[in-house]
Amino acid sequence: MSNSTVAQAISLKNVRFDYVENHRVLDIESLEVAPGRRLFLHGPSGSGKTTLLSVISGILLAQEGEVRVLGHDLKRLSLSARDILRGSEIGYIFQNFNLIPYLTVRENIALPCTLHAKRRSRMGALSLSEEVHRIASRLDIHANLDAAVTRLSTGQQQRVAIARAIIGSPPLVIADEPTSSLDADRRDAFLALLTEMIVETQSTLLFVSHDLSLAPHFDESLSLASLNRGRVIVQGAA
Amino acid sequence: MTLLRLAFKSIRSRAFTTSLTIFSIALSVMLLVGVDRLRNAAQAGFAGTLSQTDLIVGARGGDLPLLLSTVFHLGNASNEISWDTYQHFAHHPAVAWTIPISMGDSHRGYRVIATDENFYSHYQYRHDHHLALADGHIPTSLFDIVLGSEVASVLRYHLGQKIILSHGIESRSILEHTNVSFTIVGILAPTATPVDRALYMTLLGDEAMHYGWENGTPPAIGEELPKLDPSKLQVSAITSFLLGTKSRISTLQLQREIDTYKPEPLTAVIPAFTLQELWSILDYADRTLSIISAAVLVVGLIAMLIALYTALNERRREIAILRTVGFHARQIVALFLIEAALIASMGTTLGIAAVYVLLLALRNVIESRFGLPVALVGLSLRVEIYVLITITSATLLGFIPAFRAYRNSLMDGLNAP
Repeated sequence: MSNSTVAQAISLKNVRFDYVENHRVLDIESLEVAPGRRLFLHGPSGSGKTTLLSVISGILLAQEGEVRVLGHDLKRLSLSARDILRGSEIGYIFQNFNLIPYLTVRENIALPCTLHAKRRSRMGALSLSEEVHRIASRLDIHANLDAAVTRLSTGQQQRVAIARAIIGSPPLVIADEPTSSLDADRRDAFLALLTEMIVETQSTLLFVSHDLSLAPHFDESLSLASLNRGRVIVQGAA
Repeated sequence: MTLLRLAFKSIRSRAFTTSLTIFSIALSVMLLVGVDRLRNAAQAGFAGTLSQTDLIVGARGGDLPLLLSTVFHLGNASNEISWDTYQHFAHHPAVAWTIPISMGDSHRGYRVIATDENFYSHYQYRHDHHLALADGHIPTSLFDIVLGSEVASVLRYHLGQKIILSHGIESRSILEHTNVSFTIVGILAPTATPVDRALYMTLLGDEAMHYGWENGTPPAIGEELPKLDPSKLQVSAITSFLLGTKSRISTLQLQREIDTYKPEPLTAVIPAFTLQELWSILDYADRTLSIISAAVLVVGLIAMLIALYTALNERRREIAILRTVGFHARQIVALFLIEAALIASMGTTLGIAAVYVLLLALRNVIESRFGLPVALVGLSLRVEIYVLITITSATLLGFIPAFRAYRNSLMDGLNAP
């Protein structure tokens, strides 16, 4: 879309999604996220948050309604165009399993850029390995770049996940419960680091968690439970 | 990062199951290719043992036994042919050369062949190789003997040594020719044919060894042997002879003439034709073994399928990550197909390599234990087809886990369990 600069980063209208007919998992009238905002979406387990994130990232397609991400109407994009949009424009952080076990830390971080030229092009003059090293140094994991991912602590793994999500400055970063496996101290450090990096890349952040106490770290917070009129009966696989 | 590298790292990370899978495919490919290569190696070995010989002539009997006993020292000749008959054909106008062969004695399990100097000048193997002496000279007097290269190396014999021969061709003979001893005067260069596994003496030497015997039986115990008088020795019969014609065209005509030779019932065989007969008999065994190996290959491929399929569940999160960084669903499918193809290729390569290592290692054992000459042969069309079928069917089988992973990734979304 040409007018993406003025468009919302995320815009959902009357979105409905179900895995099995008549078991509506998502039913959202409206959700708007402005570019550059850091939004906290509070969702207890069973509120359909992973499904919502799958819909926003274009992996699942809503049966009804309009989903616009970074100015693109996902329904109008082909399957592979959605894959390219996700890979080049969106960074993603999972709950506790973030790394491809058979790749090194360096390869894990570089993965989105090796696939998408657009993501590489936003790195400016730096080469991919220089950029990986720069980000890793910022996150204090540069000593582990060639280590096997299984040798990292949970906290280190989550920092690798940040690195992979923000490399190549994607306009949108989505985080799905990234702090649930961290203790309180590490959780705050993680959030501070994530916020710092997001500010640097000027990305929009969509952060989902069941932990309400995290809300003060963000610009804005919303409750998914009140947003979503759908009821989750089966989460995930049908 | 290319899919190929990703696939390679992925299967390497599951090193144990991957290597077991590769091993099972390698084993089945090894069986399949091994059967084919061994058959081919044996064919090349047999065919290379005797060349430029147009006819093998012996007493009336089966074609195959005549060929096997004369050239490959397998089994016994049924009867003898007279010296006069041999002379008749040796001087036949269509005949260029003949090599007389007389068998019936042995030394420590190796056959002793009585022949004449024609053997050293006319015997050819592997197209145009002539026999050569590694050491010494060809037999010139009655009690001279020349060794095949294997006989010399296995028994650690050297020139000038005296040896005693045994009557009969069994490896543990009950009767030794203790009355005469032979002197080693020459050792043949290696030929990698049954020639290496025999000893060669003169026709008259053979007669001298059996001097005083009546009708092929040794003198009774205590019976005085007449004193050997070399001037009275003469060759009365031989076992068979090899024959080269002046012109190949006359071979069939000559064969007919020998087969219908009135004074004595004879058989003449064309070596290449008779070998063909041997292969058609062995084809049954070959086909049976190939079918069994193909079944083993199916088992190996199914093992691969099981390994890839059972890993699917623990790889759901990995696939969710790949999807978030922008992998297309079809790239996930390709990843699994490449993994299957990689495993099959490695298994196939390993299997074929194993065949050649085994062939090299077992070559001498096969030759000396079973008397089967084995030549080293390259890959054949049949092997290339096996390779193609293995890798193709493995890749096709890869579609099963690939499609399952594809469906998982579409259904799970990012909700990796």
